[in-house]
Amino acid sequence: MDRRDAAWYIDKVAQWVVFVGGISAIVFIVGIFVFITKEGLDFVLGPLNLGEFFTSIAWRPTSNNPTYGALALIVGTASVTGFAMLLSVPLSLGAALFIAEFATGKTREVLKVLVEMLAAIPSVVWGFVGMSIMHPLIMRIFDVPLGLGVLNAGLILGLMAAPIMTTIAEDALKAVPDTYREAAEALGATRWEVIFKVVIPASRNGLLAAVLLGVGRGFGETMAVLMASGHAINIPTSPFDSVRALTATIASELGDTVRGGDHWGSLFTLGILLFVVTFVINLTADIVVRGIRKK
Amino acid sequence: MVDGVGLAQPRPSSFGPLYDGPPIIEVRDLGISYGGKPALRDASFDIYRHEIFGIIGPANSGKTSFLRALNRMDDFTTGMEVRGSIHINGKDVNDWRNLYALRSRIGVVLPLPVGLPLSVYDNVAFSPRLRGIRKKAQLDEVVERCLTRAALWDEVKDRLGSLGSLLSGGQQQRLTIARALSQEPELLLLDEFSIAVDPVTTMRIEDVLKDLRSELTIVLVTNLVQQARRLADRTAFFLTGELVEIGATEDLFEGNVKDERTTGYIEGRYG
Repeated sequence: MDRRDAAWYIDKVAQWVVFVGGISAIVFIVGIFVFITKEGLDFVLGPLNLGEFFTSIAWRPTSNNPTYGALALIVGTASVTGFAMLLSVPLSLGAALFIAEFATGKTREVLKVLVEMLAAIPSVVWGFVGMSIMHPLIMRIFDVPLGLGVLNAGLILGLMAAPIMTTIAEDALKAVPDTYREAAEALGATRWEVIFKVVIPASRNGLLAAVLLGVGRGFGETMAVLMASGHAINIPTSPFDSVRALTATIASELGDTVRGGDHWGSLFTLGILLFVVTFVINLTADIVVRGIRKK
Repeated sequence: MVDGVGLAQPRPSSFGPLYDGPPIIEVRDLGISYGGKPALRDASFDIYRHEIFGIIGPANSGKTSFLRALNRMDDFTTGMEVRGSIHINGKDVNDWRNLYALRSRIGVVLPLPVGLPLSVYDNVAFSPRLRGIRKKAQLDEVVERCLTRAALWDEVKDRLGSLGSLLSGGQQQRLTIARALSQEPELLLLDEFSIAVDPVTTMRIEDVLKDLRSELTIVLVTNLVQQARRLADRTAFFLTGELVEIGATEDLFEGNVKDERTTGYIEGRYG
């Protein structure tokens, strides 16, 4: 009677498959961290001057007397991401609100499909748009000599991040039970009051996750930023100035370095920095979300 | 007079003074259907000020549909069509341009308590805030008064800041009653409020409702026949979308009925 039958084995195998799938996320993230740290460690412990790294804008890894000041790269990434968020957070939250709360039937379905299609456009295509459409457009409209810079990269990045943020935010809004909306409307709240006093507070965790995903996208995006930012080491003083991003620096320089050399190590140090910043953003979000839940 | 059924005049009740004046709700030829399927047919009756009007009947009899039509929740439900007319205070509910003003005068308590994802305090202060009350002292006063009237104040006064959804089921239902009262409604609609509430709490809420009778009009939809007997001045019996009978609660329960089906339901021969 008590024989191990096929169902028992299938159950065991399925358990293992799911377990491996679940644990792999942790394995991969630890693996990546170990890998970039290992490659960058010699440089961090050796030639790196932390003061110079964070305060100097002189990134000259190939000079006879190399200097590794990453300030301009950090500011470049931060300014482009900040600009992008300024554009995409209101845009995508607005779009999500419209799709989730106001659009009905066909409009809603068409919009959802279109937004998801936007999210699937490869970043290099966005880079094309930045170089060949936005670049001349910015030069003409603002009468500036160069259209590649914070404004261009920020716009492109904002448009890239918006569809994903919209999708996640819309899911969060849709997850709010309709009974909440009914209860609030029965109390005499208008639709805007229902949205601002009930739906948004109830879905703020999801909305925050959407925004942070957008920020993460901004930090990590490489190709489109490389193409649209002008890729010049520079502390921007106006939206039209060219900048250079951390990611773009790694992508464009890594092919020309000697494996294991100082330049190689310095690029991995940039990688560590990116990793740590992303990690801190996620951790902060997690703590904030937990804090909200506890209340 | 319509059909001879609907307009049985109210009579003095054992609970207190007789209600008088014109009816607060006049329902005429009300028909409700969902996507062509009828849920309520040609119902006509009046509800008077300061009465507790009970509605009994088995599932799918049209009780809840009637409540939803009263505060125009049909705007919410796709496919819900309402024919005929409902006048509240002499005004057709469909003539309200400002739907939100209409709803804010009608308190609703649903079968399962819906605590808004807010603190206990904010749940009760929600409606006053919508009306523009901002002063803390004034809000405190409203919150305390409504929670007291809903027999909940003593249990929650030390944790007004915690989430309403953390209260027990019975407490949450009293919270929704407190919230409905905070609207200062003329009309309180209760839809099978005791489904998720233990018997002791149910009795406490019933006492609250009896007290409230002096201040407002209550429409009580219930699946518990005995609850209607305990509370309602007059009771209507709905069956599969038909208003079978309406009369003084005592009459119905003493067998003074026009239609045998009413007695059959009350005595539990079918449900």
